[in-house]
Amino acid sequence: MGELHFPWMEASILVPLVGAIWIRFFANPDHSFRQAVAISGLTLALTVGELIDFIMLGTFAAHDHWAVIDWLFHQEVFVVDELSAFLLPLGALIHFVTVLSTLRTKAPRFSLTSTLVSEAILLATFSCRASWTLVALMCLATLPVYLELKRRGRCTRIFVLHMSVFVVLLVVGYAALQWTGEVSQSVLIPGALLTAAALLRSGIAPLHLWMTDLFEKATFGTAILFVTPLTGAYAVMRFVLPIAPDWALQSIAVLSLVTAVYAGGMSLVQREARRMFCYLFLSQASLVLVGLELVTPIGLTGALCVWLSVGLSLTGFGITLRSIEARISRISLADYHGLSRHMPTLAGFFLLTGLAAIGFPFTVGFVGMELLIEGAVEVYPLVGMTVVIAAALCGIAVLMAYFRIFTGRSHATLIPMHARRSERIAVLMLTVLILGGGLVPQPGVASRYHAAKELTEKRALNPITHATKNYDNAHHDSDDSDTDESDDDDDVVGRDHDD
Amino acid sequence: MTAVEWTFQVLGTAVVVSPAILIAVLGLTSLVGRPLSESSVARLTQAAVLFSLTPAVAILVMMLALGTRYVPIEWGDWVTIPEQEFHFHLKFVFDRLSIPFVILSCVLCGVVGSFTRRYLHREEGYSRFFLYYAVFFTGMVTSSLAGTIETLFVGWEMVGLSSALLVAYFDQHENPVRSGQRVWSIYRLSDAAFLIAAISIHHMTGEGDFGGLMSSGIWPEGTAAVTPQQALFVGTLLLIAAAGKSALFPFSGWLPRAMEGPTPSSAIFYGALSVHLGVYLLLRVSPLLEVSLVLQCLVIGLGVVSALSGALMSRVQHDVKVSLAYASLTQVGIIVVEIGFGLKYLALIHIIGHACMRTMQLLRAPTLLRDYQTMENALGSRLPASQSRFGTWVPVGVQRWCYRYGFDRGFMDIALDRWIVAPFMVLFQQFDVWERWTTDKISREPSRESDAIELHPEDSERAA
Repeated sequence: MGELHFPWMEASILVPLVGAIWIRFFANPDHSFRQAVAISGLTLALTVGELIDFIMLGTFAAHDHWAVIDWLFHQEVFVVDELSAFLLPLGALIHFVTVLSTLRTKAPRFSLTSTLVSEAILLATFSCRASWTLVALMCLATLPVYLELKRRGRCTRIFVLHMSVFVVLLVVGYAALQWTGEVSQSVLIPGALLTAAALLRSGIAPLHLWMTDLFEKATFGTAILFVTPLTGAYAVMRFVLPIAPDWALQSIAVLSLVTAVYAGGMSLVQREARRMFCYLFLSQASLVLVGLELVTPIGLTGALCVWLSVGLSLTGFGITLRSIEARISRISLADYHGLSRHMPTLAGFFLLTGLAAIGFPFTVGFVGMELLIEGAVEVYPLVGMTVVIAAALCGIAVLMAYFRIFTGRSHATLIPMHARRSERIAVLMLTVLILGGGLVPQPGVASRYHAAKELTEKRALNPITHATKNYDNAHHDSDDSDTDESDDDDDVVGRDHDD
Repeated sequence: MTAVEWTFQVLGTAVVVSPAILIAVLGLTSLVGRPLSESSVARLTQAAVLFSLTPAVAILVMMLALGTRYVPIEWGDWVTIPEQEFHFHLKFVFDRLSIPFVILSCVLCGVVGSFTRRYLHREEGYSRFFLYYAVFFTGMVTSSLAGTIETLFVGWEMVGLSSALLVAYFDQHENPVRSGQRVWSIYRLSDAAFLIAAISIHHMTGEGDFGGLMSSGIWPEGTAAVTPQQALFVGTLLLIAAAGKSALFPFSGWLPRAMEGPTPSSAIFYGALSVHLGVYLLLRVSPLLEVSLVLQCLVIGLGVVSALSGALMSRVQHDVKVSLAYASLTQVGIIVVEIGFGLKYLALIHIIGHACMRTMQLLRAPTLLRDYQTMENALGSRLPASQSRFGTWVPVGVQRWCYRYGFDRGFMDIALDRWIVAPFMVLFQQFDVWERWTTDKISREPSRESDAIELHPEDSERAA
């Protein structure tokens, strides 16, 4: 394992944590918003530094230099690998643009302290591999949201019910895994518990009601920050992928596909923008899970690419809706609003992020979606095509929302609604990444493929998982070996057979 | 690389890059809030069309002079994963099919761009129109020259998006926007069929290259390297995709709605280029059609039904643009029949002739009505209506049915709404009801705060 040249991870976790304490107890309320932007900006810079350092090391995993926690506890707590190296800056970016795009008039309703604490927890989560620390952090992440719901005086029953089940399943599942061991035949039981926990956290239907409820009752910013980093998918990667057999994962992939189509359909019948966003997100996030659970290198690469694309584009889509909400309160989709003349930048960005989310050409989501569909079709040719249907439904929903919010009527207002400077900066940052990643996708895809390959190799070390056949095939082919085993595999994998 | 190959490479690249630069310039200036002046936009557009058209013509001249029938322009892999043999290859092809189509696209885009410069002068959405136009132009050039099915899909998507947004160009009114949404919905569903077909082809041939699909010979002489069953499966999907894009039966309902857009976009999209993109796709994969007799019959049947429907519907419309749109559909239907019978060159010539004529007709349409009124004023009476002799031989009952069929636009919208959209919406609304019931039960109170949203909060001027 390599060693970074600076304790990037610990610093990036500590900065928002200390920042939260500062803002809560010491900062002048008039300046707290600006300071929160600076703190989350610094955190983003640290995570980007960590990514660059990690890439320069050229290793699969690395830990911090002068890691205080490792020194204190004699244990590797925070480790960055090829999966999390990109997720850390993504998580920091999501927080940064959300804080940056918060209008000052709305700042009192949006807790900066809670946001910074959540950011620290998220970065710590993404810096952890499967361990009790990761379990604890995932459980802890639910607390700031719960506290916000309580503070706002909203009913917490749905959130508490779902998250309690999630916590119990996660804790019991991981304890059972420790007891049985990862290579035991009885690993299926803890595997099932951990899978159920991850699916619940990801909002797979019919366990998604907490998510729609959260968007109803929490502030929009908090809801975006809780769901868009796809912590549930991270749980799948860390807890489930290394131990679950192929057949189990692929069965879950079908469940995720059903959710993707269901949520795509539901996004079309919603009459309120937040709910529409929630279902759109759910559909796209389910597609990420589909790819993760296909356990083929192509599918996994597609999922990791779509993960980044969903994080970027749907955060952008969400903060645009939030900016509009900040001006006119909740947005009805039952009729047309005609706001494009008043907020042309936000209108353009809304369309761009929406199209990126559905994988429109030359946006960051396009190649990821192609890979994902390719991977899905490899495993289940007919069912895999359902991914295309889900994407089509989401595409219709995106343009419908655009038309409803920004067009359809002539609307005059005396109050300026154009994007503020901070919103423009947030929009521009995301636009550069969405278009840059779309126009030059090769570096991103190569890095995600490398991560997918390493993860698949690690998975192959566990005899319980029945090492992924496709990956073996690729190696057999590249080695020019012509064994009976690879011939059998060719029958299983349509693509290789065809090739 | 020889000097000739190098020249082809440079010229071919210029054809594709020029429209892309136009998008980049118009898009970036809009994004940073520094829109260009009308004259700058118009000049840039003209330059882009010229820098695309001139190299395309030069390539044609060179091909004729050298006797070359096939010029591939390779840009390499946009994305590749060598170990998995996954690659998104960017390849453009100049051959007997793509050269006429790309020149046609450039000429008509140039004509319509020039017309629009004056037509939309001082319109608020002038820059917006030209941005969408640039997306369309790039999409058309990319689709025309695509050497792989994935590249064709990229252009296809760009054409679809720009079409939908231009239909909704008059965005302060509800009807154009509804129409734009309708166009987009049909396009998305047909795009889904296209994407599935593209992936299937990828799996069947191991690559998305049209050269791989047509294993021997170049267009139109290739032979598809697939079985009749595979050809039927992929061909049917491509037929659905083409039907959506070219408004063939039963997707013709969006065609009259598309006329809500400004006249130049109606002319270029639905009279000339976009409506022919579906049949262009069928022409491009025509060797695939020849593998399966059933598929050929499907293509011919679809063409016949579409042509007849278009003929009936165009006769009873009260709007000149809509009437012309349905007349286009008739011709497109006939082109599909020609493709089904394997008359590829005839279909190509038909496309070029029809696109040029229809563009001119649609651009002339707004002034035509005024001229009619002038003539009627001069005559002091209505101009005599032309009567079809064939119509008098048809029984009255059939005439009435035909009238109703044409007037109701072939009942296609009604059927799609009743049999596809409505059941879908009812089903998902029922799911929504169940979700509400469940969350209400768990919450022990009405769980949806969104039920209380105002319809138009922006009207109350409470904006921040």
